[in-house]
Amino acid sequence: MSKPVNQKALLLIVPMFVCVAFSAIMPLMTVVNYSVQDIISPTQHVFVGTEWFRMILNDPDLQDALVRQLVFSLCVLLIEIPLGVALALAMPAAGWRASATLVVVAMPLLIPWNVVGTVWQIFGRSDIGLGGYVLTQLGIDYNYTAHTRDAWLTVLVMDVWHWTPLVALLAYAGLRAIPDAFYQAAEIDGASRFAVFRYIELPKMRGVLMIAVLLRFMDSFMIYTEPFVLTGGGPGNATTFLSQYLTQKAVGQFDLGPAAAFSLIYFLIILLFCFILYNWMQRLGQGDGHA
Amino acid sequence: MGWMMWTPEVAAFFGCIALMLVVMTVLEIRWPTIERKGWLPIATTRGDRLFIGLLLAAYVNLAWVGLSAEEASVWPGFGASMLLLGLVMWKG
Repeated sequence: MSKPVNQKALLLIVPMFVCVAFSAIMPLMTVVNYSVQDIISPTQHVFVGTEWFRMILNDPDLQDALVRQLVFSLCVLLIEIPLGVALALAMPAAGWRASATLVVVAMPLLIPWNVVGTVWQIFGRSDIGLGGYVLTQLGIDYNYTAHTRDAWLTVLVMDVWHWTPLVALLAYAGLRAIPDAFYQAAEIDGASRFAVFRYIELPKMRGVLMIAVLLRFMDSFMIYTEPFVLTGGGPGNATTFLSQYLTQKAVGQFDLGPAAAFSLIYFLIILLFCFILYNWMQRLGQGDGHA
Repeated sequence: MGWMMWTPEVAAFFGCIALMLVVMTVLEIRWPTIERKGWLPIATTRGDRLFIGLLLAAYVNLAWVGLSAEEASVWPGFGASMLLLGLVMWKG
């Protein structure tokens, strides 16, 4: 018979909840409030119901930005998670080599986001940048400010360069936490390298990988600074992702109502995806029994 | 209501959410929840079902607003979403 779930411990988070209420919940409430009003001036406002939501949902620019955003986040996850795990598996386990590798791998994480954008902006230029110059010399017609494909590839490679280390460090921490006894048992059983990865390392890394997937999904879904600095959303609208579109609305045009409605839709999308990813990864773990 | 331009509609909306939280807390103290498996693909507690139901309800409302005709009322979409919320809470 299943027992009732004891949730009394939740009372302990009440003080935290009060703090968060002031810093996050109340601001979120004001966003809800603004999403149903037309703010004409600080003293003049009109209740417009769901008009902004209707406008935003039927906005073709927003739909395009959403599709671009989904494709981008999917690409980021498909590349960064396997690459990060592979990197973690290849990193030395102990000694000075481990420390040196960790420092080198963590380097891109220390660089501020707008600097990353600037670094790649220069790196990708064919006149003064190393990357762009080499590609041009190889006979490839590469120009991220003019070609959609090149702009996409540059933004994607930049994100992979910037954030794969995070996945690698998390996976590395997960790997180091596996007791030696597991490997010894696998050796006695004559398990192949792949079997060790599939039945020991991967299930043991499930927790950290779940954090990595959620973090990378949320961050890539909210990406703003790097593409803004690198391509400015161009060429055309080719790399205008959701955040940048939202900023154009809220700051550029000062349309607080539509921007608030958009923020709420954005929030709901992230909530749904994180919920699905979280439950999916929880379920994957149950198949492995002991993990 | 002048402060931060609050409107009665938004106040009612958050009033309902606060009421829901109070009711859920009282229910939890009175009859602690038991995790169970309904038609949803995962085993859920009462709070899980409320979260899933509210999330689905939000999407139903958005779909209604996005797809219905310009002058259509929002209430059919709202009604459908509340039915769905009830269904998730009851059998989910």
